[in-house]
Amino acid sequence: MLGPAFAVAVIAVLPWVVPSFIVFDLIYVAAYAIGILGLVILTGMNGQISLGHGAFMALGGYTVAILAHAMGWPYWAGVPLAALASGLLGVVVGLVALRLAGIYLALATYSLAIATPSFLKHYKSITGGFGGISLDQLTPPAWIPLGPQHFVYYVAWAIAGIAFLASAFVVRGRFGRALRALRDQPIAAVSFGINPYVYKTLAFAWSAVLAGVAGALFAVATAYVSPDTFSLALSITLLVGAVLGGIATFWGALVGAAIVEFLPLVAQQINNGAPGVVYGVALIVVMLFVPDGIAGGLHRIAARARRRTPEIALESGGPVSAVAVNQPTRE
Amino acid sequence: MIRSVSTAAVVSAAFALTVTAGTLTTGRAADVPGVTPTEIVLGGDHPFSGPASAYGAIGKGIGVYFDYVNDHGGVYGRKIKWIDLDDGYNPPQAVQVVHQLVEQDHVFAIFDSLGTEVNTAIRPYLNQNKIPQLFVATGASKWGNDYKQYPWTIGWQPDYQAEAILYAQDILKNHPHAKIGVLYQNDDYGQDYITGLKRGLGKHADMIVKMASYETTDPNVSSQVATLKASGADTYMIFATPKFAIQGMVAAAQQSWHPTTYLNNVSNAIPYMKAAAKVGGPSAVNGIITTIYLKDPANHARYAGDPAMKQYREMMTKYLPSADQDDGNYLYGVAIAYTMVDVLKKAGKDLTREKVIDAATHLNEPNNPWAYPGVVIRTSPGFRFPITQMITAKWLASDWSPTGILVDTRSMTEAEK
Repeated sequence: MLGPAFAVAVIAVLPWVVPSFIVFDLIYVAAYAIGILGLVILTGMNGQISLGHGAFMALGGYTVAILAHAMGWPYWAGVPLAALASGLLGVVVGLVALRLAGIYLALATYSLAIATPSFLKHYKSITGGFGGISLDQLTPPAWIPLGPQHFVYYVAWAIAGIAFLASAFVVRGRFGRALRALRDQPIAAVSFGINPYVYKTLAFAWSAVLAGVAGALFAVATAYVSPDTFSLALSITLLVGAVLGGIATFWGALVGAAIVEFLPLVAQQINNGAPGVVYGVALIVVMLFVPDGIAGGLHRIAARARRRTPEIALESGGPVSAVAVNQPTRE
Repeated sequence: MIRSVSTAAVVSAAFALTVTAGTLTTGRAADVPGVTPTEIVLGGDHPFSGPASAYGAIGKGIGVYFDYVNDHGGVYGRKIKWIDLDDGYNPPQAVQVVHQLVEQDHVFAIFDSLGTEVNTAIRPYLNQNKIPQLFVATGASKWGNDYKQYPWTIGWQPDYQAEAILYAQDILKNHPHAKIGVLYQNDDYGQDYITGLKRGLGKHADMIVKMASYETTDPNVSSQVATLKASGADTYMIFATPKFAIQGMVAAAQQSWHPTTYLNNVSNAIPYMKAAAKVGGPSAVNGIITTIYLKDPANHARYAGDPAMKQYREMMTKYLPSADQDDGNYLYGVAIAYTMVDVLKKAGKDLTREKVIDAATHLNEPNNPWAYPGVVIRTSPGFRFPITQMITAKWLASDWSPTGILVDTRSMTEAEK
């Protein structure tokens, strides 16, 4: 457990060594990390593609916002409810997803992402329509000696920590192996008594819970939700982050989150229009040379440095099948 | 275990490096942030990516005018440094970018931030920190109405509601028995127009027989237009951004529907009209009515001898040679930058944020070279809609022909409060 402990130490110390606006950005890294972790579990471990996780984030974000704005619920009560709401939607979508696979599942989830802004605008009496919902800043209670921004940072990363721990617990052992088995060899898995309906739906539900929490954090950090916050681009960004970071590892979610947050800001120094191009190029480079993502690639470098047996290269490319053989059962 | 530490160490190091790569040098904050004896730093956020990226040209236009001003002595000897970042038309990204502008680049003010949702998201932070949010690029009415709560924020372009009221008045006067069909973008901007139209029609609001909305992710608006035609409407309001406005004009012609058409002014640039005419034929555009408050750089005929247009073209050629000078977004940028420099000059050599907001709310600018002749850009502390004058114009063959007189919608906007 030294690896995660090291990460925790870095995260705890960062706000005191980096400029304040970076601290603000890091709050979003926490949110992205949680959302991308959902895709790591759903797509990386269980092989179900989703281009619609922005919709779950929207549900989470708006749940927290509506509860706070219309009913005065404090955020610590709103966030769990946001997670629950997204989880329930995840079950529904997961059940539908049982009948779809591959590109059809991708398209179906894509339509969810497209429908989300329209849906949010339509029910304007609940969602505030185009104007969105403005929220109060999250401020620390008097007995915590932190500035508001640092407080939100630690709250966000504490939630991320809980999300990662809970997910590690959920996918260890039988459940995780069942997910991977269903990804790699569904027929064999079923013949071993693994019920695909239950496991696949639960995978969807859990990834939706994570996305809902991520959306709730977005709402709290921005102190505002609007339909354009949860646009189509967000769903794509989550998947891009997962692929660039490493779609089948928990570390990949963390690295991917940092990339999707900071790469556009860094790319802008080159040219205002650069971020889109830089993303595209990064994606192509990663897919060609490091298909299991940057975290996956670093993992292999570290392993090779200790003279372990090099991983077997597979003929069939693609990130999911590449990691299928090479991944250990626990990260 | 050990393997975990190795990987963790490498990954954490990579993570921390990515983070610090995002850190640039933190500037030393001056007594007034963003102001030194030689420089004024202004921050902007525009959509350079995403569905609204055409409006990124506005930010570039601003840069052109600032370059020109800097080459001609600056403002009291200070050069303007313009830091304009991409916000993707997305509120969380805008908030992050504005934090960066304020906390890393120590900008003096945020200028011409674009988009209603974007500005709603950044407004509380800027007002809490007493940072001017100047001349936001959106016509939503809230920027002028909410000033008591958000005194550091001010708009610039004419209020969408007031524009719609002008159209309503034209309809009541010239087409009193009209049946109105409305095509609108399903967002705050489109909704503001509808609110204005209904207000302008008053008790005749039932003249609106059908409204059809579209999303910016829709590929086209043909089915919406078909719906409007089928409703029997003989008057057609297009409250749409350029791409969809062109589609709206073309679809009507292709479906052999020739209503009296009103087009919102954000989409009336001549290249758009020509594009619609090219695909839909002259009937797609002839007789369309709009309002104008700025000069149109694509109208070469009307402004052939105009010294302001000449200056615009010279500046664009010198500072942004690759740009399409006919794109009205660049001219909008130049015009609004003129107002910004005007305000900086009026705030005086001893520049503070309070003085800039004071100058912005006591504005009297009758001679903006790129505003439509006769437009006076004016504010007072209790009235924060700088541009309220528009003139209706009708499309005749190849350009907009102004009809009537420059109307001041100030009183209509007053009534909104």
